[in-house]
Amino acid sequence: MGRQLLINDLDKEGIATLAGYKANGGYAALEKALKMKPEEVVTEVQKSGLRGRGGAGFPTGMKWSFIAKPPGVPRYLVCNADESEPGTFKDRYLMQRKPHILIEGMIISSFALGANTSYIYIRGEMMYVFHILEKAIQEAYDAGLLGKNILGSGYDLDLYVHCGAGAYICGEETGLIESLEGKRGNPRIKPPFPAVKGVWQCPTVVNNVETLAAVVPIINMTGDEYAKIGIGKSTGTKLISASGHINKPGVYEIELGVPVEEFIYSEQYCGGIRNGKKLKAVVAGGSSVPILPAEKLLKTPKGEPRLMSYESLSEGGFAEGTMLGSGGFIVMDEDTSVVKNLWNFTRFYHHESCGQCSPCREGTGWMEKILHKFLDGHATMADIDLLWDIQSKIDGRTICPLGDAASWPVASAIRHFRSEFEEYVKKGENMRDIQHYYRVNQLEATNS
Amino acid sequence: MAEIKPIKFSDEALQLCHKIMKRYPEGKQKSAILPVLHIAQAEFGGWLSAPVMDYVASLLKIQPVEVYEVASFYTMYNLKPVGKCVIEVCRTGPCWLMGAEDLVKFIEKKLNIKEGETTADGMFTLKTVECLASCGTAPMMQIGETYHENLTFEKCSDILDNYKAKGEHVSHWRKERITNHSDIKQ
Ligand SMILES: Cc1cc2nc3c(=O)[nH]c(=O)nc-3n(C[C@H](O)[C@H](O)[C@H](O)COP(=O)(O)O)c2cc1C
Ligand code: SF4
Ligand code: FES
Repeated sequence: MGRQLLINDLDKEGIATLAGYKANGGYAALEKALKMKPEEVVTEVQKSGLRGRGGAGFPTGMKWSFIAKPPGVPRYLVCNADESEPGTFKDRYLMQRKPHILIEGMIISSFALGANTSYIYIRGEMMYVFHILEKAIQEAYDAGLLGKNILGSGYDLDLYVHCGAGAYICGEETGLIESLEGKRGNPRIKPPFPAVKGVWQCPTVVNNVETLAAVVPIINMTGDEYAKIGIGKSTGTKLISASGHINKPGVYEIELGVPVEEFIYSEQYCGGIRNGKKLKAVVAGGSSVPILPAEKLLKTPKGEPRLMSYESLSEGGFAEGTMLGSGGFIVMDEDTSVVKNLWNFTRFYHHESCGQCSPCREGTGWMEKILHKFLDGHATMADIDLLWDIQSKIDGRTICPLGDAASWPVASAIRHFRSEFEEYVKKGENMRDIQHYYRVNQLEATNS
Repeated sequence: MAEIKPIKFSDEALQLCHKIMKRYPEGKQKSAILPVLHIAQAEFGGWLSAPVMDYVASLLKIQPVEVYEVASFYTMYNLKPVGKCVIEVCRTGPCWLMGAEDLVKFIEKKLNIKEGETTADGMFTLKTVECLASCGTAPMMQIGETYHENLTFEKCSDILDNYKAKGEHVSHWRKERITNHSDIKQ
């Protein structure tokens, strides 16, 4: 297995507590960072090449360098722990098992940004993790790692956990900011960007849990060393949440650049497809990214092995490629209905649309209805084109990227699996039988 | 139903709400609305009635409509009475791939209710929810703050029987946690 920087020591005793975390080298990076200048910390993160792990992959150091610094106005760091992109469960995994790495990463990052108050926005459903974080934060306060004059450096920071209450859109950074202000999570029109006007109209940086945790090894090992891990512009390690029809679902930390084929089939990672079935398709980066059929996933358009990296997964653009996204790797075997899976995702986006933009609000609803016609056996060939038409009219025409996220799965499913849509049309109601993938007997088998 | 209680938080809950309000800058106490509504839901039988929301508005010194607006946006708030124990089964893609649809049918049959309904004895309400970040241990359901993962019919059936035997109210925000809550503000 490649190098692991975030979840390497989860088996160590008491790693979830301050004492256990410290016994394994925890908070050394904080001590080091507090002896540096804030700008130097930003420079290290820039050198590391770290890219946002929440889905968009935007360079973190660059994002930090954009933060406005009007005199007398507070700045905020907000950790996005809303993790609700279907297929993604790495942040919960990390926070639950090693809460102090997030806290340490947040103190260092807040220091770099000059923030004296920071928040962790955790989704409300993860209430038990909320309490794990509260406990860990209290430990940090008691040890002088939070509060006034941290470790005698003169730097003050208050860190609070804030909980959501069930809304995928609050993962979008401006929706999250609205929600933190106590409102509906309706995304804002940008500009102004949060770095200029974020929470309570103050300069704000929003970063994903994994991004902030990665700052810890970066400071420990230096940005230059971190940048040597991985491949090209995909530096460092990434947590991949692997789910679906594989032998070993779970969270894996990979060095970016592992071949996709190795990730799926090797015993170190997913351990191959369950029940000896064949691989049909994968959604490689959370439900929002384009679905790819097995052959296009494993090989790039040039016929080279595809790698788990930002660049390699997107090679071939949307026609032939996909995206690394949040690292939610959803695997489907040969018996899976791509059409029904798409209906499920589309239903999700319709349900989660905040309703501000008509293309997203109406379009997702129409797409869901049309897809339902396929499942019911009443769709026509013209419906395939209609679906294509609707998705093309959402993409790029909305306030926030949820609209795009709803249209890409539809576009890619039609692009790569058109014949399956046609089969639904031709067989009509006879197709109803294959809709319920994984029928009753599967859950009666021992899957625990 | 239960006896009519005056709409007021217990002292512990009230203290906690004030603590939470202090986490936000002066004048921005509206930010506390989501956690305070969770506490309200735990205090008042698992759902938010209009009088409860009005009470929360007065506590946060905001207009009642600001609370209704928020409460109706977020799926974790129940705006109608629910059973003592709300079963939330994840129905999204990765769980669906692993049989969530059949799991929902199984629970419907076992409890003799449809999704969205409450059992006649007021014990269970069945809800379906979106991805709970537990896709690697699918299919799964949440009850209160607890994730029940890698479910089979048998396992699910046992879990529900257990809740029924206990017969207690279960909420996301565990009441016993309220009193133990640490005071973070230095
Ligand atoms: C609909 C939607 C949902 C999102 N959900 C999440 C989420 O749950 N967690 C997350 O970190 N980022 C999420 N994002 C991305 C955030 O908007 C933002 O890019 C990210 O938090 C930035 O952090 P990073 O640069 O560290 O990745 C979401 C974006 C969209 C459009
Ligand atoms: S794209 Fe959809 S979710 Fe995003 S702001 Fe518009 S309506 Fe809301
Ligand atoms: S899809 Fe059910 S937990 Fe993610």
